[in-house]
Amino acid sequence: MPVDPSLVGREYPAPRSLIVTADRVRAFAVALGHSGDGAVPPTFPIVLAFDAMQAFLDAEQVDLHRIVHGEQRFTYERPIRVGDELVATLAVTGVRHIGGADIIATASEVRDAFGELVCTGRATLVHAGAAGRGAS
Amino acid sequence: MKPADVLPEQVYTLTRADLVAYAEASGDHNPIHQDEDVARSVGLPGVIAHGMLTLALVGRAVETWTDGAEVVELGSKFTSPVVVPAEGGVDVVVNGTVKSVANGLVTLALQVTCEGQKVLGMPRATVRERGGRA
Repeated sequence: MPVDPSLVGREYPAPRSLIVTADRVRAFAVALGHSGDGAVPPTFPIVLAFDAMQAFLDAEQVDLHRIVHGEQRFTYERPIRVGDELVATLAVTGVRHIGGADIIATASEVRDAFGELVCTGRATLVHAGAAGRGAS
Repeated sequence: MKPADVLPEQVYTLTRADLVAYAEASGDHNPIHQDEDVARSVGLPGVIAHGMLTLALVGRAVETWTDGAEVVELGSKFTSPVVVPAEGGVDVVVNGTVKSVANGLVTLALQVTCEGQKVLGMPRATVRERGGRA
């Protein structure tokens, strides 16, 4: 089922915040091949953005396995630190249909416990419809 | 760092075990990164790496090149899938040059390939120059 273009502008908050612990950061860093004793990897906020994306998919009844990540860009206001409590809210910024697929543009703002913007993740999600093939 | 500096090539090998570890650490359990049948059912050539894992390898390269400078921007398009075989692994090759140094920010031009093919489109990383203005 195609994604409805009228969703543009709608927001989907992640259902919970994440407290950034040293263990969580180390586990993520080690999975990327870092030694695990350095800074928070710059792609760490995908963990938060993914929660918000899952909230969007659940709300709109889209299957995760029909989603391919087309683009991801992060801009950072400040580094993420151990001890931060962070939560992401996804906004749909565009929906296009190309060749049987929905191209869904999103922007997820990650904010700390004070409501300050920490980073923004802009993602393009390619949704292959039920009959669709050709996601790349 | 100064414009046109060529940064040393970084090569990272990805295996299916790495995809499992990344799924666990990131929370992204999309079966297209684990299950050959599901991947093919949505038109993919096989099990593919998470785009964010490939981008994370760029983050590793940037950390190595800049000695852990603060990243202010990182992103790319995921233009070609990185297909990870069931046995053995596949190499992701990250090359970079310094594109510009301005206003305390260093912007890198990047090229990320797998088996000779570009896998990231318009990859871009910007870091804060050491001693640069906040």
